[in-house]
Amino acid sequence: MTRILAYADRISAAPGECVQVKVSCDGVKQYDVNLVRVIQGDINPSGPGYQEELIPLNLGGPFTGRYQRINMGSFAIVDNAPAYHTQSSLGLQVVIWPTLPGRGSQAILSREDPESGTGFRLYLNSEGAVAFEITVNGVQQAQVSTGLPLATERWCLVSASYDADSCELSVLQHPLKPYPNGADAYQVLKRADSPMVSATVESPIMIAARSATNQLAKEHFNGRIEAPRIFLRSLNRKEMLSLVEAKRNGLVASWDFSIGISTEQISDTSGNELHGRLVNLPTRGVAGNVWNGDEHNWQNKPAHYAAIHFHEDDLYDCAWQTDFEFRLPDDISSGVYAIRLHAESEEYYIPFAVRPPRGTKTAQVVFILPTASYMAYANNRIGIDVPETEIVSGRLLQMNPIDLYMQSHPELGLCFYDVHNDGSGVYYSSRLRPVVNMQPKHIGHLGGAGSNVWQFNADTHILDWLEQLDQSFDVITDEELDVEGVEVLRDYNVVITGTHPEYYSVAMLDSLQGYLDSGGRLMYLGGNGFYWRVSFHPTLPGVIECRKSEDGIRAFAPLPGEFYASFTGEYTGLWRRNGRAPNELVGIGMVSQGFDYSSPYNMARASRDPRAAFIFEGVEGPVIGDYGLSGGGAAGLELDATDHSLGTPPHALVLASSERHSDLYLMTPEDINDPAPGLGGTEAEIIRAEMVFFETPSGGAVFSTGSIAWSGSLSHQDYQNDIARISSNVIKRFLDDTPFDITPKPQVDE
Amino acid sequence: MSRYRITDDDFQYVAEFRANPLGIPGPGLQRVLNLLRGGPKSGKYVLIVKQPFKRWVLGRLPADRGQSIEILDGWEFSDLAHAEWEVFKLRWKASTGQNLEDAL
Repeated sequence: MTRILAYADRISAAPGECVQVKVSCDGVKQYDVNLVRVIQGDINPSGPGYQEELIPLNLGGPFTGRYQRINMGSFAIVDNAPAYHTQSSLGLQVVIWPTLPGRGSQAILSREDPESGTGFRLYLNSEGAVAFEITVNGVQQAQVSTGLPLATERWCLVSASYDADSCELSVLQHPLKPYPNGADAYQVLKRADSPMVSATVESPIMIAARSATNQLAKEHFNGRIEAPRIFLRSLNRKEMLSLVEAKRNGLVASWDFSIGISTEQISDTSGNELHGRLVNLPTRGVAGNVWNGDEHNWQNKPAHYAAIHFHEDDLYDCAWQTDFEFRLPDDISSGVYAIRLHAESEEYYIPFAVRPPRGTKTAQVVFILPTASYMAYANNRIGIDVPETEIVSGRLLQMNPIDLYMQSHPELGLCFYDVHNDGSGVYYSSRLRPVVNMQPKHIGHLGGAGSNVWQFNADTHILDWLEQLDQSFDVITDEELDVEGVEVLRDYNVVITGTHPEYYSVAMLDSLQGYLDSGGRLMYLGGNGFYWRVSFHPTLPGVIECRKSEDGIRAFAPLPGEFYASFTGEYTGLWRRNGRAPNELVGIGMVSQGFDYSSPYNMARASRDPRAAFIFEGVEGPVIGDYGLSGGGAAGLELDATDHSLGTPPHALVLASSERHSDLYLMTPEDINDPAPGLGGTEAEIIRAEMVFFETPSGGAVFSTGSIAWSGSLSHQDYQNDIARISSNVIKRFLDDTPFDITPKPQVDE
Repeated sequence: MSRYRITDDDFQYVAEFRANPLGIPGPGLQRVLNLLRGGPKSGKYVLIVKQPFKRWVLGRLPADRGQSIEILDGWEFSDLAHAEWEVFKLRWKASTGQNLEDAL
């Protein structure tokens, strides 16, 4: 199950377009591939059963399996530097903020030919002290270290010098904020035993890593680096104690990371044009050594954000070679598909959307595959890294083969629910890597007692229901919504969301709002939607940024001064803190989460309002949804409720509410200003899912369930149940072109 | 340091858990479970799925990323409630020193 890993270059394609597939096999000599349409991904024997449809399309193969390495770890590389001669004098300076000193050797600034073993290296040694060495043909010519481990997360000036005339090597570490009994400016000089052997290095200059053979780089630095500079002359003691002006003689390169913060380029300000590029997306837009809290937006004072945070576990694009590619037939229907790679007992799925031909629609209903949220959870380690997960799910955690693999193979990369090895938060998440938890048949950790499915596989509950309803539908992804805007939705009668469309960019939100403003009908069949603001990278494909500023339920808090996205400069965090709470869009917003059991809804008096009659046709109530594959009820996992102060429309009908949740359901931090006892589901009245309906001024309407667990109830009793009936009642009316009455009527009193 | 520790007074909740290991606990038992299920990641008991929804063995999480999850010999379950009870007993003993098989 984990000896084949793969990903595709795209997560959405139109008929006639090509998809490139990148594969790595571990001991699998040969594999076959198929294209399948994903119908029901849940393998719970208590459910309707797994279902996929084989598409009669020859994708080629069988293919020969080969291993492709994942090169984790970020760094900067400067490719075009003039040759370095080992007999030249050399001066190096850089300001660093190490986060894991002592965790093996970590290169700060280096230039080495890994084949010949020749070059220089400024680094933290395995004790965490600054060291400097020059090596020729694999033989260390000279090496010097301060011998004093650096303090963690303290800014420190590091200087190194080699004087070719005196053969003297020196290195200095100078904490920029001294502490009593701390290691203040500390310099060590050492004379090489003999003149340096002559050799030339033409390899790239590396920042935050070393050049390596058979892999992109090695010995990655963990922490922040600012203002690295190289001189082709030695530095004296006075010069080594402060950053030498970046215009002095002998200057080869001086990189200013405050330039181009939103890009993957680093700029040399020496005049020598030794510009470089970043690999694997180290974090930019982070506070540098002079940041003092005067400014929180890097765009307004870039000099305060002149650092880059490198991590040994950064990963953007695996950059694997393509193993095969195929062209989608011109007549293939829009839907959710997956490339299935298989060999004996091994199989791996790469889901993707087939959108309708560009500029057209092929159904009246469109399902938005929430791919930004899938990316946000990509390869999350919630079950294996977060000890509290067992408590909040109320039962022992179950480790599936994919969990075992992820635990042993952290190179699969991180997401917004993880922290880096150095404890810092993950701001970027990509799909250009095997995303092992985005597969049909996958079992997660937060899906509640029962099926325990989450995100992609939970969303197949909706796909399956639409299939059973014999309702044709198109599929688009968040990426179309972000790039193409409202036009991609405009002509559909009904838009349906996934179970947990949590991560939205401003363009995505504008698209949905624009759709509603023009009379569209939206079925929000999930919970905790439209919660975090994310930014797609303007030029790099398949990667988003999210900094969870201020508050909200989050795995970590961004550091002060770092609430603005580096990709776009947007203020990040909750949409609620950005003036666009989900309540405005869908009537409800996140109020609680818990992952043990789900509850039923109780119909409210407003359910008898004539405006809502079509929704409850054939539904008896008053209790609905006391069953389901996701926690045993239709209201659970993550819950949304109305809040007029956050923008719930005054005429919104609260049709039903859940109650009696367990104490594993807790209030959200953004609703807790003054903590007091009673924050759990058995005591806090705010903890409930609310089913809501309201009309829009342009004749459209919104139906919201406020629960991730909703879709897990759709298949109960062979799809003959109240949850399925309500859902189908809504879709039937929403398909009807008749405008909804735009004159709001007062809500029936409770 | 937290005020609460499992004491003899909490023994009353053992029967509640044993009667329904997969139920929604009352506040007293919930507090016991918060403590027993808490603690660091390293050494935490987990179930390792041998056959989804049917068969599990017992394992323990390692301290660091990259290390394998340990599989414990001699523990196999075909029923989740049984697995919960067995792990409850292991944790109770680790927390209190008391062997519940002897005490019940």
